[in-house]
Amino acid sequence: MKVTDKDVAYVADLANLELTEEERARMLRDLNSILEYVERLSELETDQVTPMAQVSDRYGVDESRSGSDRFAYAIREDVKDGLRKSLPHDIAMKNAPDTDGTFFEVPKVIER
Amino acid sequence: MASELTIDSVRSAIVEDRMTATALAADFYDRIRKEDSEIGAFLTLCEKRALAQAGLIDQMAAEGQPLPPLAGVPVAIKDVMVTSGVRTTAGSKILENFIPPYDCTAVARLEAAGAVILGKLNCDEFAMGSSTENSAYGAVHNPHDKGRVPGGSSGGSAAAVAADMAVATLGSDTGGSIRQPASFCGVVGLKPTYGRVSRYGLIAFASSLDHIGPFAKTVKEVALVLRTIAGRDPMDATSAEVAVPDYAAELEKPVEGLKVGVAKEYFGSGLDPEVRAAVEAAIQKLAGLGCEVVPVSLPHTEYAIPAYYIVATAEASANLARFDGVRYGFRAKADNLSQMYRLTRDGGFGMEVKRRIMLGTYALSAGYYDAYYLKAQKVRTLLTRDFDEAFKKVDVIAAPTCPTPAFRLGEKVNDPLAMYLADIYTVTANLAGIPGISVPCGENHEKLPIGLQLFARHFDEATLLRVAHAYEQSRSLSVVGR
Repeated sequence: MKVTDKDVAYVADLANLELTEEERARMLRDLNSILEYVERLSELETDQVTPMAQVSDRYGVDESRSGSDRFAYAIREDVKDGLRKSLPHDIAMKNAPDTDGTFFEVPKVIER
Repeated sequence: MASELTIDSVRSAIVEDRMTATALAADFYDRIRKEDSEIGAFLTLCEKRALAQAGLIDQMAAEGQPLPPLAGVPVAIKDVMVTSGVRTTAGSKILENFIPPYDCTAVARLEAAGAVILGKLNCDEFAMGSSTENSAYGAVHNPHDKGRVPGGSSGGSAAAVAADMAVATLGSDTGGSIRQPASFCGVVGLKPTYGRVSRYGLIAFASSLDHIGPFAKTVKEVALVLRTIAGRDPMDATSAEVAVPDYAAELEKPVEGLKVGVAKEYFGSGLDPEVRAAVEAAIQKLAGLGCEVVPVSLPHTEYAIPAYYIVATAEASANLARFDGVRYGFRAKADNLSQMYRLTRDGGFGMEVKRRIMLGTYALSAGYYDAYYLKAQKVRTLLTRDFDEAFKKVDVIAAPTCPTPAFRLGEKVNDPLAMYLADIYTVTANLAGIPGISVPCGENHEKLPIGLQLFARHFDEATLLRVAHAYEQSRSLSVVGR
């Protein structure tokens, strides 16, 4: 067992999840079984291999330029010419679970 | 009647005044109301929007205006693509009442091309699953055998086409979620090249692996829909500035002399014998059409699932951080903010989503980042190099879409690893970003559909579709001749 009860509690905390006792027990079992399977990646020698984060690194990039100019293909028109119009305030707020009409309201953050 | 409709037949019927888009949409809604209670493909119907669009098309036809390419075609959309004013849930309770304020680019482009959007389709929650059993709104049943899964995560999109409740649908594919359900439901499903179709308005699961693509009965219709939705979109910086060919026009070019690669890694021990036989027969058929079958090697294939489940869950754990009950969606009652976040996410997310958030958070956490996330990204490079090498020798690669036909509802639901292995032949194309298609290639002894999968080079959907079309044509000829 690589993952312990303590790890599950720590990771749930990082992920803003509470999880019931039963869910924690399942997570412990499932994470261990999945990670055991993932372990086989260590069979591969990858010291000299560059990590790949994005497929789009493979096209459009202009290697003859430097810095962010290499990604010129991705510059959006609306950024060049000024900001794109954002959603009207009332529409942006329409899905809010709780609002005073101007702001999103949330439970108290700081206890006095 | 619905089963014989194609994009072209709908359009010409409207042009020739044999049918109105409005009457056709009404027919489809009747059919959905009759059939879908046993299938569960639709989550939301948007009749008002559909009839308004159909009315517009009918008016254009009445005035003798030229009709757009998808005029009047009834389509439906996987519920992970946002639709302005139409509830979008991502199959999750956390978005139960979410009404998006804007349209996904692919949806807007379909509508601009004249398509009539009937409604939103069921899927695994946040597209996380391979059976559509992870939807908060109930499972989808395979139209070929209602005791079996339609595949996933775009199970509703595949089932709706298979059951003639839409002529074409859109799905999303992060690890096989278009191709695997297409295979299970006996329809055609295409995952285009990464960057071919804008992801703007697609609720993100794993941004470097997510793709939008079409389902339909035939390769030609998939080609027509792809042409409509493909191309650069300033709203998605990863959408590519690459010209969009007339895919349907390219279909008729001969396939003679094209090289079809076959990799032994896709025919290993877990492959069902009937699936193997059907796919091998399909490859023989391609040879009979004049294609040259060439063995290729994709040696890192066995590492694709472990690499995929690290990369995908890591990205998901970051993407799903936004669901916190503050700005939209479900909010749990709580006394303070931190408790509100936790109770909202605990109550709003289903078990599989929580499991993936946990796995991804673990893989990115201090001390494990190098061992898991960085390692998986390096293996992703190796897998992509495998394809680069193979595509120096061949034009397309042929493989099974899935190791088995559709499995039974409930069969894998308590074993996440067994469920993940259903994607063993599809995740590679997501990691490498190459296009892949699933085309029906037969049935097993229980009459369950089997899919042939084809891959091609980045942005070479034209060749991919051409080979798929040639195979499909040869197969329909031989079925008629039998």
